[in-house]
Parts: sequence; C-alpha cells; structure tokens
Amino acid sequence: MLGLNKSDTRLLLIVVALVAAAPIILNPFPEGSGLAQFNAGYPDLMQRFVIFGIFAIGFNILFGLTGYLSFGHAAFLGAGSYAGMWMMKLLSINVIPAIIFSTLIAGVISVLIGFISLRRSGIYFSILTLAFAQMAFSLAASVLTPITGGETGLQTNLNDPRIFPEFLGGGSSIDGNIPKPSLFGIEMTASYQLPIGGWEWTFNWGYYICGVVMILAFYMAIRIFRSPFGLMLKAVKSNQQRMNYTGLNARPYMLACFVISGMYAGLAGGLMAAMDPQVGAERMQWTASGEVVLMTILGGVGTLIGPVLGAGLIKYFENIFSKINSNLLHEWFAFLPDGLEDFLVTIIYPFIGKGWHLTLGLMFMAVIIFLPGGLVEGGKRISRAIRRPKEATAADGKTNPAE
Amino acid sequence: MGILEVKDVGKRFGGLQALGDVNLSVNERTCHAIIGPNGAGKSTLLNCFVGKLIPDTGSVMFDGQSVLGRTPYEINQLGISRVFQTPEIFGDLTVMENMMIPCFAKRDGAFRLQGIRSVAGEKELRDQAEAMLDEVNMLDKRDMHAASMSRGDKRRLEMAMCLVQNPKLLLLDEPTAGMARADTNNTIDLLKEIKETRDITIAIIEHDMHVVFSLADRITVLAQGTPLVEDTPDNIKGHPKVREAYLGEAH
Ligand SMILES: Nc1ncnc2c1ncn2[C@@H]1O[C@H](COP(=O)(O)OP(=O)(O)OP(=O)(O)O)[C@@H](O)[C@H]1O
Ligand SMILES: [Mg+2]
Repeated sequence: MLGLNKSDTRLLLIVVALVAAAPIILNPFPEGSGLAQFNAGYPDLMQRFVIFGIFAIGFNILFGLTGYLSFGHAAFLGAGSYAGMWMMKLLSINVIPAIIFSTLIAGVISVLIGFISLRRSGIYFSILTLAFAQMAFSLAASVLTPITGGETGLQTNLNDPRIFPEFLGGGSSIDGNIPKPSLFGIEMTASYQLPIGGWEWTFNWGYYICGVVMILAFYMAIRIFRSPFGLMLKAVKSNQQRMNYTGLNARPYMLACFVISGMYAGLAGGLMAAMDPQVGAERMQWTASGEVVLMTILGGVGTLIGPVLGAGLIKYFENIFSKINSNLLHEWFAFLPDGLEDFLVTIIYPFIGKGWHLTLGLMFMAVIIFLPGGLVEGGKRISRAIRRPKEATAADGKTNPAE
Repeated sequence: MGILEVKDVGKRFGGLQALGDVNLSVNERTCHAIIGPNGAGKSTLLNCFVGKLIPDTGSVMFDGQSVLGRTPYEINQLGISRVFQTPEIFGDLTVMENMMIPCFAKRDGAFRLQGIRSVAGEKELRDQAEAMLDEVNMLDKRDMHAASMSRGDKRRLEMAMCLVQNPKLLLLDEPTAGMARADTNNTIDLLKEIKETRDITIAIIEHDMHVVFSLADRITVLAQGTPLVEDTPDNIKGHPKVREAYLGEAH
C-alpha cells in the first residue's frame, strides 16, 4: 500500500492508530484518582510528543542512516520557529504558510551549515555543527534582535501587520484580542471534551494537525529508508572508501541528507510556533540539540519507530516526573511506618521534581549498557522471548535483515 | 597503444622509494599479471591507477585520458573497478544490498537523488545483481550480513560487485588470497569465462602462481619498485632473474 511493503504498511498503520487514539490511550487513569497525575493525554503534552517525534525522525535520517552525529540540530528547530512566527505576524495567522516557510528557511540554513560541516566527518563534524548552532544561538540572542526579539523573544501582537488577515480563514482580531494561530478559521487551542464515566478525554485540533503532519513525516521517512537514496546513505555509514571506488560521490548525498534532516527540524520548529506562538533564543541552545540525540539513541538509532518512542518517553518524563513533589511522595508512602517513610522519601526525592534529569540520566545509561539498540531492541527481545517457546526449532539460524 | 599506459611513474614514502620509473602498457582485452615479492610496490602501483595515490612523477593514461588528479569515483565512472587486497565491502549491509549499490552507480552515475522510489521495485537491477551473484555461486547468501561472511566469500562478493558494473578495466589485488582451493579454481574459471565473453581488460596482482599462469597473457615482475622484466608466462617461468628475485624467495 502507498508503495510500502507489508511490514512497513503495518508499522505505518500502527502509528496512525496510536496517533488517533492517543488522547484516550494516554489518559488511562480516571480523573480525580491518585494516579491521574500520570495521565499524559492533555493537548500541550501530546502536541509536544508528536512535534518532538518529527524532530527526532528527521534527526534519525541523518544520524541513523549515515552515522553523522549532528550536535547542532536545535539551530534548525529555532530557525523554523522564528520563520513561522514571522509568517504569522506578517502574512496571516493561518498556520499553513507558517509551517511551509519554517521548513524552507531551515532548509536554506542547513545548506549553508551542511556545506561547511560536511567537509569533515566523525567528531570534527559534530564539533562544527555544535559551533554553528552556538553561533546561531548567540546571534539570535544579540545581533539579530530586530528579527528574533533578542532576550525577550518573539510573540504575536495585536498590531502585527498581517497583510492577509482573512487569508484562508486566518483569524481576525475584531474583539480586540490577539488572534490565535488557526487553520481555516479553526483555532489550534480548540478542543472537544468527552467525559465518559470517571474519565475525561480531550480531542484537540492543534494536536491532530501536528499528528497528521507527523504521520506524513513518518511516511516520508519510511520511503527514504527504502529508497536508492537511503541505500546510498547506509553505504556512507558502512564504508565510504568502497563507495568512492564504486563510482559514487558521497558529498552530495550527505548534503541532501543533512538538508532533509534540517527541514524536518524546521518543520517541527514551525509547528511549535503554531501551537504556542512565542519563541526565544533558548530553543537554539545546545541542550535542545543534545535532547534530540538522547531521544534517538534511547528509542533506537537507525530504526524507523525508535526516535518517535524516544521522543515520547523523554517528553513524558520531563512533564510527569518533574511534577511529583515531596508532599506527594509522603502521601504515597503514608502506609509505611514514619521512619521508613521519611527514609524512602529522602532517597527518592533527588530523582523527581527538578531532579528528573537524574532519572533520565540513569535510564539513558541503562539503555546504552544493556540495550544498545534502544527501546526497539528491547521490544524485539521481549517479542522473541515470547515467541521462542513456540518455534524454538524453526527460528534457529535464520538471519533477519535489520528493520 | 594499450588501454592502460603507465609512463615513468615514481612514488616516495618519506625515505622509501616505493615506485621508481615504472613503465607498463596493458593491451585491451588481455590479462596482465603483476607479480613480485612482498613490499615490491604492487599495491602502491594500483593505488596510482584508481586515484588513491597521486604519483610524484610520471603519467597514467586510461583509454586515452589521464587519470591523475581525478577522484576515485570519477575514475570508476570512466570504467575502472578495483578489488582490494583486504576486502572492501559494505559490512553492515546484506549481500544483495552490496550488489545493488554498484548497480545504481553504474546506471545513475556518481549522484542522483532518488528518495521516493523503492530499491525493492528496481526489478531490472535486482535481476542483474542476482545473475551476477549466481555466477559467483553466492545466490544462497543474498540476505546474509556481508560482515559475517568468511574472508573468501567477502572477496568473491567484492569481485561480483566490480564485475556487475561491467568495467572496461578490472584491477584485482590478490583476489584469491584466503580462499579455499575449490573457490580459487572457481574464481579462475569465472575470470576465464568473463575474459572470453566480455569486452574487459584485467590487471591482476597475485602470489598464487597457479592463478597467474592460468590467466595471464603477459606478466610484469616488480621488485623494489621497479619492473625487472615483462614477458609472456612461458618466458617468465624460465627467466633466471625472476627465479632469483621472486620465485626463489617465494620458494
Ligand atoms: N601509504 C603508505 N605510506 C607509507 N608507506 C607505504 C604506504 N603504502 C605502502 N607503503 C610502503 O611501500 C612499500 C610497497 O608497499 P606495497 O603495499 O605496494 O607492496 P606490495 O607489493 O603490494 O606487497 P604485498 O605483496 O605484501 O601486498 C612497502 O614497503 C610499504 O610499507
Ligand atoms: Mg599489496
């Protein structure tokens, strides 16, 4: 279907189903129950899941296929956000021109950065991309203030020009409010609430728009992975020497890959601006570049679904673990004798709230050491362990080409 | 005029004169063997043909054009494919993927962006690749990881990757080293057949004299970076200088 083989089609359909049902799946605990704070089915967070999913899918096209580790992808994310903001300020509050323009601008910038950074490989490439991203960050925070808003950042304002205020149903500001980003008149914040029993599900427009974009991005990634272009990128990773002596020029393949990857990041940045119309220079900071590296490695480098899983996991931890505080811990352990309760709370406390990075770090270490293939490898091992008893004889000696 | 004309090629590595004034002419549709003791400069000479090294002096002409200053991929696109002394394959990929890459390089040139088509849908190229794998008796290994194969199989794969490009000039650097006897004989048969059926010129470096004398039309003996003699196999066999410099040393 759609030019995909059977297993890829199945994977795509699973992703479509998950994206569609996420508001329900991510809210497994009834409202008001003690576990409700582990629910992740609210619009803000779900939007972040899929937006960072796009970011990580694009990053993985570069890192997973070619092995070139960029430490500067936040530059494209930030550039995309700024570009999207300007479209919504100057042109129309409709999100479509915003995300198209953000993708294009990120593409142009990645041609420049890629052209220079790709003169080197390995650690030198990584350092060059990091240097460029840090330059972009400090430019955005200082010299480029007229474009980026400097330290205060960029927001939509009431008196923005918006030369096509009615373009494609782009919002109006009749009632004196700043118009909210919208698609053909439907605001990104618009939601439909569905209370059923003790549960309450929120179906949010912004989330579903991001979700559809992510599915398209995921589909494109599958096509690239299975294409001659994708094969050449794997050749770059495997043996550049052999590639050269086979008559292939690795440079343009690498540059094309870098630009595509940068455009994915720009698209993610544009969507971020469309969901929450404000952006500051910190979006370009190296920590943001590092985050997407973690997401990809955690989920499974070079796998199709891994980066999406990694992005989801990290964003979940960031938002849910960081909300747990010591009062809550005391509540949970209240059934224990006082001394033991205090002891446990003292031990666990550094890993929650602001300390969620510590938990993330430990988790990351555990994955690198025990599951170098990331969550996807974990999943494979589990499914193999379940299947083993049934087909113990048949499976032996078969080689499975990597997913 | 030969298809490959090497004139006065010299190459130094620091204080070591690896090649000194090598002159060589390889005629079209022949098999030219280069033999000589370890460290004689045989691989260095091939490196000068494919753009891996640029000689300090002299010229290398292929098919009437100079190869010096061209990049390896440009030289390959001119029609030279090379098998390396230590197998150079795409270890992370499957045997079939290894075969598809040279097929694309041959059909589409050094760069062509095809991000939407699927490799699986390239029926014609897949058939070519499979036919070539069949010729080297590796069709059953098509889905194996290339890195997990034996050294002999890696060599056969590398040779198949070169042959599927249908090169005008095939450079082989010890193609049978590390192969079982039976595979060596198969390789000899394959190369003989290729030579007869295709418009191909072969330059081969080989220590195995059985392979050399089965295939070569002419032999150059290289010692310490300079050609000692160049002659037909029959004359080389009896040549006193050769016995002394090479066959003697190789027992
Ligand atoms: N890149 C290099 N840098 C420095 N010295 C080199 C380099 N390549 C080869 N040499 C030296 O040049 C000489 C010739 O090496 P070469 O590999 O051409 O020999 P060979 O005839 O292929 O030998 P063998 O039969 O062992 O493969 C050797 O002394 C080698 O150490
Ligand atoms: Mg050698």
